[in-house]
Amino acid sequence: MGPSGTGKTTLLRLITGQVYAERGSVQVFGREVATLSSKELFAMRRRMGMLFQNGALLTDLDVYENVAFPLRAHTDLPESLVRQLVLTKLHAVGLRGAARLMPSELSGGMARRVALARAIVMDPDILIYDEPFVGLDPISMGVICRLIKQMNEALGITSIVVSHDVQELATIAHDSFLLSQGRVVASGTPEELHHSEIPEVRQFMEGLADGPVPFHFPASDYRAELLGDAEVSR
Amino acid sequence: MNAATDSLPVMAVRRVGAVSLFFVQILARIGPALTRPGLIVRQIYNAGARSLVIIMLSGMFVGMVLGLLGFDVFQRFGSEDYVGVLAALGNLKVLGPVLTALLFAGRAGTSLTSEIGLMKSTEQLTAMQMMAVDPVRYVVVPRFLGGFIAMPLLAATFTVIALYGAQLIGVQQMGVDAGAYWSQTQNAVDLHDVWEGVVKSLVFGVAVNLVAVYEGYHAEPTPEGVGLATTRTVVISSVLVLLLNYLLTAAFLTTK
Repeated sequence: MGPSGTGKTTLLRLITGQVYAERGSVQVFGREVATLSSKELFAMRRRMGMLFQNGALLTDLDVYENVAFPLRAHTDLPESLVRQLVLTKLHAVGLRGAARLMPSELSGGMARRVALARAIVMDPDILIYDEPFVGLDPISMGVICRLIKQMNEALGITSIVVSHDVQELATIAHDSFLLSQGRVVASGTPEELHHSEIPEVRQFMEGLADGPVPFHFPASDYRAELLGDAEVSR
Repeated sequence: MNAATDSLPVMAVRRVGAVSLFFVQILARIGPALTRPGLIVRQIYNAGARSLVIIMLSGMFVGMVLGLLGFDVFQRFGSEDYVGVLAALGNLKVLGPVLTALLFAGRAGTSLTSEIGLMKSTEQLTAMQMMAVDPVRYVVVPRFLGGFIAMPLLAATFTVIALYGAQLIGVQQMGVDAGAYWSQTQNAVDLHDVWEGVVKSLVFGVAVNLVAVYEGYHAEPTPEGVGLATTRTVVISSVLVLLLNYLLTAAFLTTK
């Protein structure tokens, strides 16, 4: 968790090997991500599923083909088995009936559920969610939240959820970490974070406008700028 | 080095280098991409079949103008029979491949760039990478190959229609003798001229499609970025086609 611009998505990109850290170490499945060859990196990613903020469905394929895409790219499974796998995953997210719709015909919540089905179709060990609740209505948000919890329990996988939705996360997370300005400022169960006395944590949890994260973007003196004694900040 | 402070020549060299490296990446993946011919066929349809109407219409009008212009010039010397020669050589060697490439850049090139750019800005390319799928192989190479195959076919279509348009004006409207028209044409055109057109359309096919997929794949993933990349595709590939046309025309003249 953490406010916008603190490096949550960057952290996910480090974990998935999309960018490399100049300092420090990122280990996934016991291997240093930065030292993997591109072949090893792809092998590692095959054990991961990722849900993007907007779903990132392939716009020229329908829902069924989107979910089947990783299977077709990595396996030589017969069509009957592909069909079975795709339909089971779509059924799990409640969208078996939407199999032949195009991504442009889906609502935001539906697109994210299809993306979730696609993310689990290869049975990954780790599932990564980048802001899964952003821009969803309360019903879709509840559905996604429940699905994340169910996936986690039913498939026994590890989930990493990046979000700034304190309420939703509290219902699904076992452990949470709060990032602020690129650093972990607190960690623990959501309950522990709620009772934390650290100013950064309090500001974030209670949604206060001003605090360690300032409300005002750095600018020159207000009075001087109003009276024309200083240039307008740029 | 800071890209913002580089001088124009340095930036140009840097860009040529980047495009060349991208071309090598594409070439290295053509083999694996051929294992999925369905993807390529779909792109031939997208780039080729969907450009047919504009290519045929343009070919017709260009041919008709050549017919008019040729008749106007040649009748001053009493040699109207040569209208066919002008139309055939002009179309086969220059106008067919060049105008097809320019129209192709505007019709199919821009759609390639904006399609790939939008896929990038909606994180579809990143999603592919996260699914351990190489986007150059699955997105770029089929589009490049589809466009490359479509280009000579379109140029041939353009040329044939333009020849028909020229004879429509020269023979049907202006009354040049059909026998003289076609026999002069047959005498003037040899296989070397046909080859010139074919080679040009192949080279332009590489140039226009490479610029289009490069600009799309490297577009800034924002609405403005994709718009700018699309504009760059038209500007760069048009200038490149005209430059290459000059070089190839000169090369073919010296080898004749």
